[in-house]
Amino acid sequence: MLGLNRKDSLLFVVVICLTMFAPFLLNPFPEGSELAQFNAGYPDLMQRFVIFGIFAIGFNILFGLTGYLSFGHAAFLGVGSYAGVWMMKLLTMNVIPAILISVVVAGLFSVLVGYISLRRSGIYFSILTLAFAQMSFSLAYSVLTPITNGETGLQLSLNDPRILGVSEVDGSIPPANLFGLSMRDSTELAMGNWLFTFNVGYYLSAVVMLIAFYVAIRIFRSPFGMMLRAVKSNQQRLNYTGLNTKPYTLAAFVISGMYAGLAGGLMVAMDPLAGAERMQWTASGEVVLMTILGGAGTLIGPILGAGFIKYFENIFSKINESILHQWFAFLPDGLEDALVFMVYPFIGKGWHLTLGIMFMLVVIFLPGGLVEGGQRLGRLFRRRRKTDTKPGAGATEPAE
Amino acid sequence: MGLLEVKNVNKRFGGLQALGDVNLSVAENTVHAIIGPNGAGKSTLLNCLVGKLIPDTGSVMFDGQSVLGRKPHEINQMGISRVFQTPEIFGDLTVLENVMIPCFARRDGAFKLHAFETVMNEAEIVDMAEAMLTDVRMIEKRDVHAGSLSRGDKRRLEMAMCLVQQPKLLLLDEPTAGMARADTNNTIDLLKEIKASRPITMAIIEHDMHVVFSLAERITVLAQGTPLVEDTPENIKGHPKVQEAYLGQSHE
Repeated sequence: MLGLNRKDSLLFVVVICLTMFAPFLLNPFPEGSELAQFNAGYPDLMQRFVIFGIFAIGFNILFGLTGYLSFGHAAFLGVGSYAGVWMMKLLTMNVIPAILISVVVAGLFSVLVGYISLRRSGIYFSILTLAFAQMSFSLAYSVLTPITNGETGLQLSLNDPRILGVSEVDGSIPPANLFGLSMRDSTELAMGNWLFTFNVGYYLSAVVMLIAFYVAIRIFRSPFGMMLRAVKSNQQRLNYTGLNTKPYTLAAFVISGMYAGLAGGLMVAMDPLAGAERMQWTASGEVVLMTILGGAGTLIGPILGAGFIKYFENIFSKINESILHQWFAFLPDGLEDALVFMVYPFIGKGWHLTLGIMFMLVVIFLPGGLVEGGQRLGRLFRRRRKTDTKPGAGATEPAE
Repeated sequence: MGLLEVKNVNKRFGGLQALGDVNLSVAENTVHAIIGPNGAGKSTLLNCLVGKLIPDTGSVMFDGQSVLGRKPHEINQMGISRVFQTPEIFGDLTVLENVMIPCFARRDGAFKLHAFETVMNEAEIVDMAEAMLTDVRMIEKRDVHAGSLSRGDKRRLEMAMCLVQQPKLLLLDEPTAGMARADTNNTIDLLKEIKASRPITMAIIEHDMHVVFSLAERITVLAQGTPLVEDTPENIKGHPKVQEAYLGQSHE
C-alpha cells in the first residue's frame, strides 16, 4: 500500500484507525461515573496528543536515526508558532497559510542552527542546540518584544489587518478556520451514558499527523534513512566510504526542525496564541523524554511516548486529595488517611514524580522503550500460543 | 610514474619526527608492502594518504592529482579505499546494507537525498551488493546484523565494502593484526583471490612477515620515519640493513 511493505502498511492502518476512532477509544468510561475523570476523549487533549505526536515523530528522525541528541527542538516549535500567529494577524484566519509559514520559518531557522551545531557531535552538539534554544527563548522574552510581545505572548487582536480576511466579526476575533470550517466546531454524539465529541480541529491535526507519519515511514525505509542509521553506527566508516556525512545530518536536522514547526503551526491553528515558554528547555526536554519513553529509532514509539506523557500531564495531575479520599473511603479511617498520605505525592501536582519513576523504570528495564515492552509481550503471547495448540495464528505486531 | 607518488613527506608531532623525507612510489597493479618495526611511521604515512593527517611538507599524488587538503570522503571518491586495523563496519546494519552503502556512494557520489525511495527497490544496487557478497562467500549471512559477525567475517565484510567500490588503490592497515594463524591464512587467500580476479593496486602495512612475503611484489622498509630500502621480496629477505632494523642493532 502506498509503496510500503506489508508490515509497515499494517502499522499505518492501525495508526489510522487509532487516530480516527480516538474520540471513542479515549472515552471508555460513561459520563458521571467515578472513572470518567480518566477519559481523555475531549478535543483539547486529543489535539495535544497528535500535535506532540508530530513533534516527537520529527525529533525521532534526527535522534532515532542519526543518534544526534538535540536539546533545543522546542525552539523550532516556538518559532513556528510565532510565524503562524503573525500569519493570522496579517493575512487571514485560514489555518493553511499559518501552518505552511510555520513549517517554512522553522525549516529556515533549523538550517542556521543545524549548520552551526552540526560542526560538533555528541555532548557538544547537544549543548550547542540547548544554547541556541535558550538564546531564542531569552530573545523572545526580552529583545524581540515587538515581534513576540514578550511575557504576555503573541495574541490576536481586533485591529489586526488580516488583509485577505476580516479583522472582526460582530465585535469579536474571527475563529481559526479551514475555508470557513471553524477549528472549534464539534459534533457531539450521545450513546447511552457515553458522550463522544468529534472536533474539527482534532481531525485536521490527526490527518496532518497521519501524513507526517507516512512521510516518516518512507524516510525510515529510504536510502537516505539507511545513511542516517549508518551515521549513528559508524561515522568514520561512512567518511572513508566516500560519503559526506554533513549534508545527511543537516538534512535530517532540518526535516525534524520542519516537523517541529508543523507542530507549532498546528498549535496555533487550534489556539491562536504563542508564548516564549514554548521554547524553554523543559519543552525541549519533554520531546526527548517522549521519544525515549516510547522507543527511539522505532516508528510508532514517539507517538506512544507523546500520548503517554500528555495523558499523565493532563489526567494524573487532575486527581486531588478529596478524590483519593473518595477512592479509599471503604477503608477504616486511620488506614484511609495513611494510604492517602502515601499516594498523594504521586498524583496531582506530583505527577512529575510518577512520570520520573516510570521513565527510570523504562530506561533501566526496557531500553527500547514502550515499543520493546510491546514486543516482549507479543513474543510471550506467541510462545504461549505455540505451546498451547495453534501455531502460526500469529498475533500481529504493530510495534516497529 | 606510479599510481601513488609520495615525495619528500615530513610529519612532526611536537618533538617527534614521525616521518622524515619519505619517498614512495606504488606502481599500478602491484601489491606493495610497507613494513617496519613499531613506531616506524607506517600508520602515520597511511593516515597522510587518506586525508586523516596532513603532512608538514612534501606531496602525495594519486593518479596525477594531489590528495593533500582533501577530505577523507573526497579521497575515497578519487578511488582509494581503506581497510582498517580493527574492522570498521556498520554494526547496527545488516550485512547486505553494509555493502549497499558503498554501492550508493559509488553510484551517487558524496551526497544525494533519496528520502522518498525504498532501499530494497533499488534493484541495481541490491544486485551489485549481492554479487559482491557471493564473491566473498558471505551471501548466506546477508540478513545478519554485522555487529554479531565473527572477527574474521567482519574483516571479510570490510574488504567486500571496499572492493564493491572498485577502487584503483586498496590500502590495508595490518589486515591480519590479532588474528589466529588460520584466519590469517584465510585472509591471505582472500587477498590473493582478489588480486587475481581484477586489476587492483594494493598497499599493505603489515607486521607479519609471513603475510608480507606471501603477497607482496615490492617491499618498502621504514625505520624511524624514513624508508631504508625498497626492493623485491627476495632481495629484502637477505638485506643486512633490514635485519639490522628489525633486530634493533645500533647503526653506529
